[in-house]
Amino acid sequence: MTRVQRYRLIGVVCVVAGLGVAALLASQAFRENLMYFYTPSDLLAAESVPDRRLRLGGMVEAGSVQRGEGLVVGFVVADCAQAVAVEYEGILPDLFREGQGIVAMGRWQTEAGGRFIADEVLAKHDENYMPPDLAEAMMSETGHACEPFKSAMEVSAVRRDAGAVNDR
Amino acid sequence: MWTWFHRLASPPSFFRFADRLAPWVGGLGFVLLAIGWTWGLVYAPPDYQQGDAFRIIYVHVPAAALSLGLYTGMAIAGACALIWRMKLAEVVMLAMAPVGMVLTAVTLLTGMLWGKPMWGAWWVWDARLTAELVLLFLFLGVIVLGDAIEDPRRSARAAAWIAVVGIVNVPIVKFSVNWWNSLHQGATVLSFGKPAITVDMAIPLYICLLATALLAAHAVLRRAQVRLLQREARTQWVKALRAQELGALP
Repeated sequence: MTRVQRYRLIGVVCVVAGLGVAALLASQAFRENLMYFYTPSDLLAAESVPDRRLRLGGMVEAGSVQRGEGLVVGFVVADCAQAVAVEYEGILPDLFREGQGIVAMGRWQTEAGGRFIADEVLAKHDENYMPPDLAEAMMSETGHACEPFKSAMEVSAVRRDAGAVNDR
Repeated sequence: MWTWFHRLASPPSFFRFADRLAPWVGGLGFVLLAIGWTWGLVYAPPDYQQGDAFRIIYVHVPAAALSLGLYTGMAIAGACALIWRMKLAEVVMLAMAPVGMVLTAVTLLTGMLWGKPMWGAWWVWDARLTAELVLLFLFLGVIVLGDAIEDPRRSARAAAWIAVVGIVNVPIVKFSVNWWNSLHQGATVLSFGKPAITVDMAIPLYICLLATALLAAHAVLRRAQVRLLQREARTQWVKALRAQELGALP
């Protein structure tokens, strides 16, 4: 390798490393903005939730779905630690069911312990694929995992990590 | 081994090497894709939740994996072009860009087709989808800049900078689902620990992955050959090759 080639190599490595660090710092600084949704833990831990449309993600708690008049439906969305009540009026996606991950778009209302008024519900599919007979056999023991729901805010993330360590 | 490697880097020997390799790679890829798709789309069992809709995995996942793989290859070739001014690296880099862009577009389109019925939305701006869209624009940038300047070597080096710089985006695409909340699910195939897919669904998926990789390699080899011929049109070996080809015609 000649001297010029070595300088070019160092140049390329420096540029890529610099950009990598910049991307890392940016992703740390904008962590909350890069999160697609907040978790129930985030909403309950926050001192004040902004009064604007935001997304809430979590599992639909088993046995919590209650159908009201027409298309009104209420259910509880939970992550590994906390749960909040959600109200929604509209058509639910096909994959919506109890134990399924969902992402709801709407507003957080603090009164009466807090409720989430959703105007849009998306299903969040997990990474598991299996044929129906196997799923039936496994359903009783596992169902779905709550790990894909990461806390968007550092405070509750730390608290939940501590909790997870204790559980082990 | 190194002498072989150095010899391969010369345009005429790469051309002959690619010419001999390409039909085998392409043929095997075609056969494997036919097997993988038939197996996956017809014989694999339906998913317990998604039913038959999950079968888009046999197109979507190989395309997505190869879009990242081709980008990584393109960035490595770009770095070689920048550091060692290798003519062949420039050609291979520019040959990879359109193939990668098509596979990225396939990834985005099949994902949208799946997202509407499963998630309830064609498109969402979560980290995974957005980063894959950025990947599409990076490929597009390399393609456009690669032929933008009159001097092909300067043009290729300008494009190589985009390719090298954009490599930062590849781990972001891959790990976005682990680092942040996203609507997109986590990794099924290339995840550590237990595979998240049963064997009878996974085998055709692996076949499709291999087949897509081979077909992409075939496309890259052929594109590189064409680019080499265009660039080296005035050299002795291309003239000799042309005379030989013309002589072979009846």
